[in-house]
Amino acid sequence: MPTHTMQVFRGDARGGDFKEYRVDSDEGMVVLDVIHKIQATQANDLACRWNCKAGKCGSCSAEINGKPRLMCMTRMNTFTEGEPISVAPIRTFPLIKDLVTDVSYNYEKARQVPPLRLKPPEPDGTYRMMQEDIDRIQEFHKCIECFLCQDVCHVIRDHDLKKAFAGPRFFIKVAGLDMHPLDTVDRTEFVQRHAGIGLCNITKCCSEVCPEHIHITDNGIIPMKERMADNFDPIVWLLRKFRGPRKSPA
Amino acid sequence: MATPDYETHEHDVLIIGAGGAGLRAAVEAAAQGVSVGLICKSLLGKAHTVMAEGGIAAALGNVWPEDNWQVHFRDTMRGGKMLNNWRMAQLHAQEAPERVLELERWGALFDRTKDGRILQRDFGGHRYARLAHVGDRTGLEMIRTLQYHAIHQGIDVYMECKVERLLKDDQGRVIGAFGYWRDTGKFVLFKAKAIVLATGGIGKAWKFTSNSWEYTGDGHSLALWAGADLIDMEFVQFHPTGMVWPPSVRGILVTEGVRGDGGTLKNNTGERFMFNYIPEFFKGETADNIEEADRWYADKKNNRRTPDLLPRDEVARAINSEVKAGRGSPHGGVFLDIATRRPADYIRRRLPSMYHQFKELADVDITKEAMEVGPTCHYVMGGVRVDADTTAGTVRGLFAAGEVAGGLHGSNRLGGNSLSDLLVFGRRAGLYAALYAKDFGGALNVSAAHVESIAREVLEPLTRSGGENPYAIQAELQDTMQNLVGIIRHERELKEALKRIAVLKDRAKKVRVEGGRTYNPGWHTALDLASLLTVAECCTMAALERKESRGGHTRDDHPYTDDTWGKYNVVLRLKDGQVIHTREPLPEMPPELRELVRERK
Repeated sequence: MPTHTMQVFRGDARGGDFKEYRVDSDEGMVVLDVIHKIQATQANDLACRWNCKAGKCGSCSAEINGKPRLMCMTRMNTFTEGEPISVAPIRTFPLIKDLVTDVSYNYEKARQVPPLRLKPPEPDGTYRMMQEDIDRIQEFHKCIECFLCQDVCHVIRDHDLKKAFAGPRFFIKVAGLDMHPLDTVDRTEFVQRHAGIGLCNITKCCSEVCPEHIHITDNGIIPMKERMADNFDPIVWLLRKFRGPRKSPA
Repeated sequence: MATPDYETHEHDVLIIGAGGAGLRAAVEAAAQGVSVGLICKSLLGKAHTVMAEGGIAAALGNVWPEDNWQVHFRDTMRGGKMLNNWRMAQLHAQEAPERVLELERWGALFDRTKDGRILQRDFGGHRYARLAHVGDRTGLEMIRTLQYHAIHQGIDVYMECKVERLLKDDQGRVIGAFGYWRDTGKFVLFKAKAIVLATGGIGKAWKFTSNSWEYTGDGHSLALWAGADLIDMEFVQFHPTGMVWPPSVRGILVTEGVRGDGGTLKNNTGERFMFNYIPEFFKGETADNIEEADRWYADKKNNRRTPDLLPRDEVARAINSEVKAGRGSPHGGVFLDIATRRPADYIRRRLPSMYHQFKELADVDITKEAMEVGPTCHYVMGGVRVDADTTAGTVRGLFAAGEVAGGLHGSNRLGGNSLSDLLVFGRRAGLYAALYAKDFGGALNVSAAHVESIAREVLEPLTRSGGENPYAIQAELQDTMQNLVGIIRHERELKEALKRIAVLKDRAKKVRVEGGRTYNPGWHTALDLASLLTVAECCTMAALERKESRGGHTRDDHPYTDDTWGKYNVVLRLKDGQVIHTREPLPEMPPELRELVRERK
């Protein structure tokens, strides 16, 4: 049974530091198991969030050896034995305690996204959608809201432009709505003015940390930026004056 | 009486629990124009619904036009071994299709048929392919859809808030709830004309479970403590396929969709052993040979269903028997093989999170190798006794929907019937709670003395000098329930379990946690022990009372299903602070529905 040296951040809004714990790990253990073991045997009050322990709920986000990851999907046997492993909270968000941060920013942004508004159903009162028309959106719907993309995004993390910027999570949320075959809402104004898509300079950090491997930048943000450019094209603008608004193509 | 000086919120309808049922209830109550509060124990969108995988059962008839509510009703009743509340089963089967279509109108994107309809998949105990799904992450789609719909309906959402007790007025009506914020540890008081419990299940009382830390039976206990009846608490579903290896992932769910999409169970000799476990009750509708079973996936009219897709109680018992007979896999499970039966790209497309989960957590490529699986505690059929149409509990002002409510599933729930349950009865709970609140007369008078006594009790683990570690007590309870109140039960063991639970209850009153009130999981665990021990006691007591085997309750000392017991629910309630049990007759099913559920060839 290998013994690990864990450096776990302990503290609250007033400050804190890494504290060292030595823990034995059993076969197959993940970082979250080790944190739970510390909780049960050495520090009952060690705060962390978790729910499913299977990479489905996105609760246990942390920075492990400096990398934003889910604790439940990080196997202990991926670390060199004897090497200390650091576990810190996702530091873009205000600390509540230990590994738990205040992620309410994301819930505020969620409320601002203009919701789906469907076109009228077919004459029989139902809707039809083809699989190939929703494949891409289903990719975005895989998002487990772990907020690791938000944590790692420079605009939020280094420049703290939280007010002006919705972040990658909500760009793919909007992209999913915009590409919905039955949607009728024009979110151009929201995306440019309120979500701040222009601030994103496509460094793809968000895509790299996504535990669901969603192509946030390539499939979500870049096409959205292209649509925005398209929407500002004076010829397109003029055409629209005559034809009326249309849905952006998927 | 004066209102205590705590942060206070007032609503017409207060909903405790924000999974599928709670969210659906909140949306419906808000649509009725009343003020709605929604309490989440975790962050919004993280509730247990997010982990549901396989799909939502609804007789849409998109894949098999022969399907309709009558067939779904029949399957549900037979899956529950006829102990279900027939009216709930009827409403559920009738309303599920509209609830699924409504979810689609709110933005859910289910996998499609070739002609652009919602695709449906096979699942255990369902006669036709019936489950609307999104790969194997249907619960995520459902909760996200409800969540993003709900946040635009003017509902007040209270995240990371735990309710400790319900409050009643001197007329015996539930009129509030008292609890604390998990982040700050400060108290919060809710006053409400109606309360909907949507708190989910009790699986954390067992060691090997697919359930998260939240599933500590909060709603079951809140209801019981407030004077409401619980029914069917002996019926606990052990999902046949949980992961068994490595030890740290033991219990994590492997969706029934693996078998629905063609996977089969095998023992260590390579035998498809389920053919040896077809019960008399399901003989007429189950294939007794491999050829017919394999043909059934494509042709349901001329073939009977594969025994791999018998209801969950049957499959879990069969796996248990194979392992006991020495025919198990190296780590004490059996093999679940889809690799040799379906192409790799089909498996990755249909079961992406299973592929991911086994690859990342167990180093197993399910497109190349068989999985090792075994039973894991998954769901409690029992719960708050409710009126079928209105979801009203037996205490005025209290409603319950979803896993915390009892009755719909009888002695065993079919896969896919949980997500549909959440939608159908979540909506009904929101609707009838709102109507009740509109009719509510008088003031919301909270007893300050009662609130103060709860507050004192809640702080005790932080302040008493010396005491036990709450995690140790939780672990002992989990061992007790796993070993003595598991899949196969015996009077001797159940009695022993009751004794141990009594001791643990005493010890739980003396726990001590370090640290302060700010986000302190040790404290939260200590407080959750009260409800966890309560539901463990309820389950064990009901299991001891029911002297037969049926669905999710198997007695080694009473191995047969007994028709007399088939006429009764075991009802639990509090009397002078003690849980007592009675036997009460099931509601009588009308003859036209009785005709529907008769066995046919």
